Amino acid sequence: MAKCHISNTIRVLRFNHHEMTQQQLADLVGVTRQTIVAIENGKYSPSLELAFKISRVFNLGVEDIFSYTEEQEK
Amino acid sequence: MTYQVKKNIMQLVSAIFVFGIYFWYVYQQYLERNVEGVELFRFWATAILILIPVTIVLRLIIEIIFIIINGIITKESAPSFSDEFDKIIDLKAMRVSHFIFILGFFVAMGSLLFDSTPSTMFIILLFSGFLSEAFSIVWKIFLYQRGV
Repeated sequence: MAKCHISNTIRVLRFNHHEMTQQQLADLVGVTRQTIVAIENGKYSPSLELAFKISRVFNLGVEDIFSYTEEQEK
Repeated sequence: MTYQVKKNIMQLVSAIFVFGIYFWYVYQQYLERNVEGVELFRFWATAILILIPVTIVLRLIIEIIFIIINGIITKESAPSFSDEFDKIIDLKAMRVSHFIFILGFFVAMGSLLFDSTPSTMFIILLFSGFLSEAFSIVWKIFLYQRGV
């Protein structure tokens, strides 16, 4: 059975973007800090709308931030 | 531990506390009054209808106290809105809640088939309402910790 996994580089991007805090990013994209924490830790895959909002904050494309991998479970 | 997890743990404790005390009070009244017939149905209907506002008011008070105490201790302010992560967890928890309540409803109706008293049916209904809420909160805590 295939297991889907979306990883991201938000933590690194925040650091490279004037050491932006999770709260600042959350305020910019209109979610709570806990949601940013969950996304960074891979506990939540954001909606397409939120993914676009995050990508616009960093002036990057969605695929530059989020990557999709499909793992095969044995 | 995130704010949402702490809030849900508080909600679970307050749900157990409020339901436990209220049910104990109602059951004592039931034993003392020894009601029968139509009065019995009226008694349980009143008990269930009063439970709703009592639960809302008491849990609101407990939540306000929690926000104040949590704010003083952690200096963390409560999120002023629910975002998509909160909403998806709420929906998943609601599904669990509905499933358990419907299961309880069928058990309550089934108890009548097996010659149980109407009081048993009402008690099962009350408990299924409580359990559906308790499990939904536990499921929320689990999803906030594990992710969705």
